Amino acid sequence: MLEAYLSIFIKAVFIENIAINFFLGMCTFLAISKRIQPAIGLGIAVIVVLGLAVPINNLIFNYFLKADALFPGSDLHFVGLICYIGIIAALVQILEMFLDRYIPALYNALGVFLPLITVNCAILGGVLFSIERNLEFTESIVYGLGAGTGWALAIVALAGITERLKYADIPEGLQGLGITFITVGLMCFGFLSFGGISL
Amino acid sequence: MSKAKEVLLNPIFNDNPIALQILGICSALAVTGNLYITLIMCVALTTVVTLSNLSVSLIRNHIPTNIRIIVQISIIATLVMLVDEVLQAFDYESSKTLSVFVGLIVTNCIVMGRAEAFAMKNGPLMSAIDGFGNGLGYSVILIVIAIIREFVGAGTFYGIEIMPLTTNGGWYLANNFFLTPASSFFIIGFTIWALRQWKTEQIEESEFKISKNSLEGEKGAA
Repeated sequence: MLEAYLSIFIKAVFIENIAINFFLGMCTFLAISKRIQPAIGLGIAVIVVLGLAVPINNLIFNYFLKADALFPGSDLHFVGLICYIGIIAALVQILEMFLDRYIPALYNALGVFLPLITVNCAILGGVLFSIERNLEFTESIVYGLGAGTGWALAIVALAGITERLKYADIPEGLQGLGITFITVGLMCFGFLSFGGISL
Repeated sequence: MSKAKEVLLNPIFNDNPIALQILGICSALAVTGNLYITLIMCVALTTVVTLSNLSVSLIRNHIPTNIRIIVQISIIATLVMLVDEVLQAFDYESSKTLSVFVGLIVTNCIVMGRAEAFAMKNGPLMSAIDGFGNGLGYSVILIVIAIIREFVGAGTFYGIEIMPLTTNGGWYLANNFFLTPASSFFIIGFTIWALRQWKTEQIEESEFKISKNSLEGEKGAA
């Protein structure tokens, strides 16, 4: 049983990394990856939100939206998108108020990143993947945390590389965005090599 | 009508959503392995961004500022659901291949960004034109990447065989690298380089200038 969860986790972190292999959350990924410190803050925020949003939306899907879930003959899956995005937005808002009240240190560390996360496609992507793959409730918790960890790992690694790249002599037109893309491409090779792991 | 023309054409090369504004990159990378799928994605996104700009602009004077984000998101999510349903009804195979990426148009920053930056301040007609232009700017980059990836990776163009593969008795050994996710990063990186070499005003300032004689070790970089 534990092995099955571990395999979902490892798969979500390394083999099917949500940032590198599915390109989710790329906009934030490229914009916030210039320094390590904010990258770590954003990474933690994504882990927390994914770890909550995926299981909650999973419950919503299984008990309300799935065919025959609410009452026999009901099928509300077509309103899925608007539900998920609404729940993610509400969740982020509640989390922000909760942290502000009870854990101010973490709230200050996360700062502006929490509200940004609402429109981060990594979150909605994680939710949609967990529903497409028909994960159970506990599996979806593990998947959410794993996907978040994978994303955080990738953004911290990229921030570390970009911090060093400042001192490199890069052709003018490639400066900034161009070289970041090529760096992520090379990182992608690294992550492709995990593809050989069989679980 | 020159204003309309400018609003329409500006996002294609001068202010491209992908290459300059860094918006909507997720799907640009994920769906470009095959030209047909890419075209469907482009049509879907252009439709959504045009209609969402139009609708947001129509009610822009009635949206309270505090809750404008949630209003915009609901409009966009509704449009995306419609597009998704239409796609599933008419082309189920492609909808399976695109899997979650049609749904992810909701969080595509191009749609949200244009609603917030343009449609909230301009009239319906201009907003619709702006949405269409940004959709085109997105499509141009995606189509270029898809053509390169499909041509080199599978030797085909829009499913038509151009270079016969060795596996089918031809002469071309397919470069599988171009079918992997990594290739799209490189192609976008080099596309941006090419675009900025042509439109030099888009070049980003370097944070540290490396002095000319840095090789002698007198003044180290930075």
